Amino acid sequence: MTSSLSTDLVLILPEIILAAGAMALLVLGAFRGEGSAGLVRFGAFGLLIAVLILTACAGTGEKVLGFNDMLVVDGFGSFMKVLVLIGALVAIPMSVDFFRRAATDRFEYPVLILLATVGMMLMISANDLITLYVGLELQSLALYVLAAFLRDDVRSTEAGLKYFVLGALSSGMLLYGCSLIYGFSGTTNFTDLAAGIASLEGQGAGIGLVVGIVFLVAGLAFKVSAVPFHMWTPDVYEGSPTPVTAFFAAAPKVAAMALFLRALTVPFGEIAAQWQQIIIFVSIASMLLGAFAAIGQTNMKRLLAYSSIGHVGYALVGLAAGGEEGIRGVLVYMAIYLVMTLGTFGVLLVMRKDGKAVETIQDFAGLGRSHPWLAFVMAAFMFSLAGIPPLAGFFAKFYVFISAIEQGLYVLSVIGMLASVVSAFYYLRVVKIMYFDAPEGAPLELPFPLASRVVVGVTGFLTVLYFVVPAPLVTAAGAAAKTLLP
Amino acid sequence: MIAAIVFLPLLGAVIAGFFGRLLGDRGAQIVTSSLLVVSAVLSWITFFGVTGHEGGAYKIHLMTWVLSGALEVDWALRVDTLTAVMLVVVTSVSSLVHIYSAGYMSEDPHIPRFQAYLSLFTFAMLMLVTADNFLQVFFGWEGVGLASYLLIGFWYKKPSANAAAIKAFVVNRVGDFGFALGIFAIFLVFGSLSFDSVFGAAGEQAGKSFEFLGYDVDILTTICLLLFVGCMGKSAQLGLHTWLPDAMEGPTPVSALIHAATMVTAGVFLVARCSPLFEYAPVALEVVTVIGASTAFFAATVGLVQNDIKRVIAYSTCSQLGYMFFAAGVGAYEAAIFHLFTHAFFKALLFLGAGSVIHAMHHEQDMRNMGGTWKYIKFTYAMMWIGNLALAGVPFFAGFYSKDMIIEVAYSAHSGVGNYAFTLGVLAAALTAFYSWRLLFMTFHGEKRWAGHGHDDHHAHGHDDHGHDHGHGHTPHESPLVMTIPLALLAVGAIFSGFFFYDSFVGEHREAFWGGAIFVGAANEVIEHAHHVPGWVKLAPLVATVLGIAIAFWFYILKPRLPVALAKTHKELYAFLLNKWYFDELYNLIFIRGAFLIGRLFWKGGDGRIIDGFGPNGISARVLDVARRAVKLQSGYLYHYAFVMLIGVAALVSWYIYRMGVTP
Repeated sequence: MTSSLSTDLVLILPEIILAAGAMALLVLGAFRGEGSAGLVRFGAFGLLIAVLILTACAGTGEKVLGFNDMLVVDGFGSFMKVLVLIGALVAIPMSVDFFRRAATDRFEYPVLILLATVGMMLMISANDLITLYVGLELQSLALYVLAAFLRDDVRSTEAGLKYFVLGALSSGMLLYGCSLIYGFSGTTNFTDLAAGIASLEGQGAGIGLVVGIVFLVAGLAFKVSAVPFHMWTPDVYEGSPTPVTAFFAAAPKVAAMALFLRALTVPFGEIAAQWQQIIIFVSIASMLLGAFAAIGQTNMKRLLAYSSIGHVGYALVGLAAGGEEGIRGVLVYMAIYLVMTLGTFGVLLVMRKDGKAVETIQDFAGLGRSHPWLAFVMAAFMFSLAGIPPLAGFFAKFYVFISAIEQGLYVLSVIGMLASVVSAFYYLRVVKIMYFDAPEGAPLELPFPLASRVVVGVTGFLTVLYFVVPAPLVTAAGAAAKTLLP
Repeated sequence: MIAAIVFLPLLGAVIAGFFGRLLGDRGAQIVTSSLLVVSAVLSWITFFGVTGHEGGAYKIHLMTWVLSGALEVDWALRVDTLTAVMLVVVTSVSSLVHIYSAGYMSEDPHIPRFQAYLSLFTFAMLMLVTADNFLQVFFGWEGVGLASYLLIGFWYKKPSANAAAIKAFVVNRVGDFGFALGIFAIFLVFGSLSFDSVFGAAGEQAGKSFEFLGYDVDILTTICLLLFVGCMGKSAQLGLHTWLPDAMEGPTPVSALIHAATMVTAGVFLVARCSPLFEYAPVALEVVTVIGASTAFFAATVGLVQNDIKRVIAYSTCSQLGYMFFAAGVGAYEAAIFHLFTHAFFKALLFLGAGSVIHAMHHEQDMRNMGGTWKYIKFTYAMMWIGNLALAGVPFFAGFYSKDMIIEVAYSAHSGVGNYAFTLGVLAAALTAFYSWRLLFMTFHGEKRWAGHGHDDHHAHGHDDHGHDHGHGHTPHESPLVMTIPLALLAVGAIFSGFFFYDSFVGEHREAFWGGAIFVGAANEVIEHAHHVPGWVKLAPLVATVLGIAIAFWFYILKPRLPVALAKTHKELYAFLLNKWYFDELYNLIFIRGAFLIGRLFWKGGDGRIIDGFGPNGISARVLDVARRAVKLQSGYLYHYAFVMLIGVAALVSWYIYRMGVTP
């Protein structure tokens, strides 16, 4: 495979623009000082939009390798990058009001988001264990800082620290897995790995390689916060500033899931039967924990943390099923999940009481009477997260479960559906509190921040009316899934 | 045009139902009534366009409804003579009832809702009669059932109205179950539900049988009997009739529209519509005849002793429906539909007249508290006379033509069941005349039993009380014009509809008139024979009627104390009739108590202990336990979290090493 430097650079033009832009904005902020937050934010926002358009429009969906096969650009990558970019894009304006009120309106926030985004895009494009690790770390380091962004706040710093320590542990496991894989196969490149495994001709991988994969999966599972590597999630979600939590729950999840898909299906697709069991186990454990542990929660962010654990479990059902349909299911799931999550956090960011952001579920009491529209949208998100037709969340679950059933994974599907029934309990409890409980405490502060309102409106619209035209998303996801498979 | 006829009432229902508050009471009345009047006018135009000449029948395909495997069902409107007759009946009576309601319900707080229900009912009924396949009939069938339920329970604050509504719904469910089974059977046998293909293939299935529990059962007989079970429920035939008298808890216009003129005749309509099937199922026809004749007689005997003015008319309806069924049973579907047609006018007239009386008496329904009112409400009195004359079949009134025709066809059938029907029919005619004039005499003549009777003493009698304040005196007053004009129009129908349409429906021009809408087997010449019965047969119903009237006159005008004395001397008989042959008691004992017993068993034992205990409650308790434990794991300590991760990865690795054996 011959490739010149120039074609390589064109290949990762979006990443280069983002990285260079982030650096430039950092310098700008450092020189202009504290007052430059607005300008940097604006610049970052513009960069993300430009890159989003570039990513969405460029690329024919054909698979192109570059940098000595270290990177890959294909339809699958573009699809996931678009989702990640949307997540990052929304995270910037949604944070403005929050940080202003917390007197922490600093220019570093948008820069960190940009750097994390570059990391995520690299993860998605990784075609080598080394690239994978570099992208992952770039993303993670930015996220650690973001978690501790309110540095005078005890909970925020605690969250950042916990995230960092556990993240380091998971990175260690991931690297250990990579080294095992390299040791038993002699290569770190996905393409070569796939070729090497294909040459085994159905004998199955050796124990060393499988253990390597287990460690790799452990590291990746940490990033998507799947059970039993999920323990950081509730604490970090609760402690981090709400806009950061919204970002955590959206873009990095999508990127990590993309990495998960690529790192398992591309190099190890031939021995899927061997790693499928881990995924099934992790998936079931995540769905069940997500369903049960959320029931006792009173903090909305903690509840959403468990909810996201559960949703990762459902998405992994698609990965366990594998094949084009399974992957398509995961892609559709992540897209819809992104929309619902951003919307739900948007609602949280809209609501303020007594000068503080709303956090507990009880704060929602009586919302149905005081703000019927907001309550309606929130109810739509809750019903959608619970997977009740005809809202978008139902279709997300539908596609992954259909693919699992077609692959004969009945136990997984049945457990998943039962878990979704249990999880409906706490989603519906929010709805019940909104509509049937008497309002408590002070009324919500008005006016609502504009950016969050727009986010809530758009995501709510998409969630409620997705069923009208579901075809574009499913078709795009199907095309993307096709490019991932050989 | 046909689409307009059918959908205008729906439009009215939607407007009055959803925007009733905007329109106000008067607006809702005007919108629904005027749409219905338009629909009625169009119906009459359709009627004259379709009937009486070849090729008048047509159908319009609206859309495909169900397309599932071999099951293909369309929404289509079928217009032939039978449909046209029903259209005229339904829309005419309905529009008059809509108008009448404006007066009758004027003090009700929920007028838009009432009007919307009425229009909704009309739409469903029109859907039923214009149906082109069995599923569409079923749609209309259930639609009228729903509307009937809503209207019987219209005064939902009255427990007796709610009970009656539920009773009507449940009893109809029994019938509908049979009907649904019949539809399934039709699809199974014919592979289609469309009328054309089913009726076209009916001849081939004649005499074929299938095996059921080791017996050879005739296919068409089975289908027809199942369909007839549905008809029995809807048309209140003996056995499933118990809901109809109770349905009188609804407002009187509802009784006139639904429980006299239209919905209850749906069963007769269905039998006539399915004549191509019934003609090949002689056993089913015999059953129809026997049930019909028995109902005619039974209901007439019960009607003799009822004291509630509406219940008398309700039993009379039940009895007249019996006539229609046995007419259809002996093969004279035309006669059945003819009676349906005339009956709609005079029975609606009687009901609306009774409503006018009730209105005049400030919502008193018990005839024992009336009497001597004719001087105060002369117009209503005249209308009731006309209605009764028509009902009893006094010559030249509508009922005379249709009812005598039925009795004559029963005689000319020359079969065992035919003679049974003839005998009971003549007897019932006498009884009909008796209770009709008993009603007339008790209500309008004799001593005034209402003066000094505060009607408040009679709250227990389940009358049309809708909570309005009777501040005014007790003198009866004539109803307003908006109520009397519909009465007058119906009276015209009750007088002339028989004479005018006799030739077309059952007379010389009947074949041209029906244009193949009703199928009559080659050997079936019962109507032809009926025109040539001996003179005494023609005279018998008239004699019976005169006798009935004379006895009523003797009992209630000449010797008013005689009925009371008779009731005392024949206590058992009187109680037997007063309690409607103890049907309700019997059902109560067998079905209701039994159902409650089984229900309680399942509720307390099955649901409470087993399902709730181990199911929802048990599971939710376990869920909470698990949730508590899962939360406990989340301790907040970093080393706990790291520990869980390491345990997780160790477990996974161990599992793989165990699975794969320790081969490097």
